[in-house]
Amino acid sequence: MARRTPLYDLHVGLGARMVDFGGWDMPVNYGSQIEEHHAVRQDAGIFDVSHMCVIDARGPRVREFFSRLIANDVAKLQQSGKALYSCMLNERGGVIDDLIVYFLDENFFRVVVNAGTRDKDLAWMRAMAPQFGVQLTERIDLAMLAVQGPNARTKVISLLPEEHRSSAQALEPFFGKPLPMKDGGEWFVARTGYTGEDGFEIMLPASEAPSVWSRLNELGVKSAGLGARDTLRLEAAMNLYGNDMDENQNPLESGLSWTVSFENPARDFIGRKALEALKDAGLKNKFVALLLEDRGVLRGHQKVVTAAGDGEITSGTFSPTMEKSIALARVPRAVAAVGDRVQVDVRGKLLNARVVKAPFVRNGKILVS
Amino acid sequence: MSDSPADLKYTKSHEWVRTLADGNVEIGITDHAQSALGDLVFVDVPEAGKSLKAGDAFAVVESVKAASDVYTPVAGTVVEGNANLGSQPELINSEPYKGGWIMRLKPGGAPAGLLSAAEYQAHLAAEG
Repeated sequence: MARRTPLYDLHVGLGARMVDFGGWDMPVNYGSQIEEHHAVRQDAGIFDVSHMCVIDARGPRVREFFSRLIANDVAKLQQSGKALYSCMLNERGGVIDDLIVYFLDENFFRVVVNAGTRDKDLAWMRAMAPQFGVQLTERIDLAMLAVQGPNARTKVISLLPEEHRSSAQALEPFFGKPLPMKDGGEWFVARTGYTGEDGFEIMLPASEAPSVWSRLNELGVKSAGLGARDTLRLEAAMNLYGNDMDENQNPLESGLSWTVSFENPARDFIGRKALEALKDAGLKNKFVALLLEDRGVLRGHQKVVTAAGDGEITSGTFSPTMEKSIALARVPRAVAAVGDRVQVDVRGKLLNARVVKAPFVRNGKILVS
Repeated sequence: MSDSPADLKYTKSHEWVRTLADGNVEIGITDHAQSALGDLVFVDVPEAGKSLKAGDAFAVVESVKAASDVYTPVAGTVVEGNANLGSQPELINSEPYKGGWIMRLKPGGAPAGLLSAAEYQAHLAAEG
């Protein structure tokens, strides 16, 4: 049977259409995916992301552990609460998962990994933790809510106890902060997300999640499902693990070069040698954003036809904000300049598309035309 | 529970068929089908004059989630595709049995194997 989050009963009660997602029974929408999408772009929406896996990593050498484990460099994390997005690579430079790691103190980092990869991620991390004396704790006691949209932070802050409001208000983008509660529990509030909008992600005791959700609904925050989450992240040109990259793809050809830090030559992160060999040999592909100029809808796995050879769409959808179809694609490096024309085989018809600069939409604004 | 009007005929692949006063048939997808697909964003309707065999895919409906073929249970010649769906694909969501019709067809033979509303409801229940 599929796993359920602490909010399962609430979703069913709200009339959600439930689907299997990475072994979890999750809400795909609560009626209209497009209305949920617009609510996040224009006001505020709330997503259950409790299926994602929160892991606490503790020990005096925890920084050294992450320095080896992930492709981005935790040396960038010097202020408590700062978050870093990174890939975790195998020795071949393939992507085991993408994750966010939060630096709390020199003995304590918190990492959030994807739902569908949690078992292999945990096995990979646990195999390496002992040599760094790092203890890993899976925080199955926590639920995780993503409240996103231009009005999301204000609405969340209004629910917080008085003593935490100013520090939550002051949180900079890509920072998180533990907020101890009077009942002994703790919320971890982070200014992060996966929609291209401002907002918070909140990790809190599982038992509190349903009432917090309902109170946010009462404040006008719209329940939003994984369907809207996908169209929002695609408009923001954020990668989805399993679609846009996986263990057979490297980050340099998946639009994630910006997350790989080669700067410190002494840092021997897993996958580094393989990526350097790939760079020396010359990368073959580039990861691009495509805008469909003809009518239709781009979808994952469709073939991209170019003068320099074929590529493939990794994620495609209809953009509710732009009312056009958009996609992310891996194409031959030779053709991948912004403005280049390509064709996509959509159900046997070749449709015209154009390489554009990502992202498509950010903070409620359309950035490509 | 999804709606399925008693005056229409249905297929196991979730199309509905209405016989019009002029003898032509109108075909669309059911309330159950539109609900399962989610918000419709693109519909490729057939051109008038196209000849179809029973079981042919005649249209593509695309929601934010996925693309699906729509099949005709009746052979014949396309009289018209619903041009309104070009700009308003959401008509299939809001009124699947009225403004959301997909094509009108001049039948080339009697339709066979269609389900009544009650039989279609039973089929849905069995599909779970």
